[in-house]
Amino acid sequence: MLTMMMSITHRITGAGLYFGTLVLAWWLIAAATGPAAFATANWFMGTIIGRLILFGFTWALFTHMLGGIRHMIQDTGRCMEHPQREYLAQATLWGGIVLTILVWVIAYSVR
Amino acid sequence: MNDKTSSSMRTPMGQVRHLGSAKSGTKNAWHMRVTAIALLPLAIIFVAIILSLVGKDFNTVRATLGSPLPAILILLFLLAGIYHMMLGMKEIIEDYVHGELCKTWLVMLNMFFAAAIGLACIYAVLRLSFV
Repeated sequence: MLTMMMSITHRITGAGLYFGTLVLAWWLIAAATGPAAFATANWFMGTIIGRLILFGFTWALFTHMLGGIRHMIQDTGRCMEHPQREYLAQATLWGGIVLTILVWVIAYSVR
Repeated sequence: MNDKTSSSMRTPMGQVRHLGSAKSGTKNAWHMRVTAIALLPLAIIFVAIILSLVGKDFNTVRATLGSPLPAILILLFLLAGIYHMMLGMKEIIEDYVHGELCKTWLVMLNMFFAAAIGLACIYAVLRLSFV
């Protein structure tokens, strides 16, 4: 059950990151354009919606990354059987959440 | 096997060699894995660079993004990431869209999106480095 869910989650987070690059492009172009454009982009990232998008992007990035590691392990034929594959799916799910929270704790503490 | 089989002078084996069962699918699957491995450290580095810029003013951000090492690492992240996401989205389209015409358009649109986003991001980083 969870293995199936994490498999589709891999695609959903991948698609999310795909469209998330729009935000990254905006931020980079704003930084390259000048102080006013950069201030506008930064203002948006600071709003609730902006933060939610960035938080979602962080979560998608780490969950997709761990999902990728999971795929690589299973590409070698390991952890395909009953208990291990569930542990791996669990690790992907919780690892992604933990890493996201870790990054945001760091972000808020250095701000 | 298509109609060409009877009219072509090429042997059936010659016609299908290097195509695999999924045409370019095997090549894409390999490139997907190569970029995935590359992205593992590059994405972590990218997150670290962004974290180091949280709350910093415009000039600091500009100076950091434009200095050689961060710029090179971000460019590598962008190149591997954009290619990886283009292949991934192609896979999603091919799996879920079944109309041949619609699929072709979406695969094309996917390439345009990846090219535009990739070029825009890379241009921005290069501009921060050289202007």
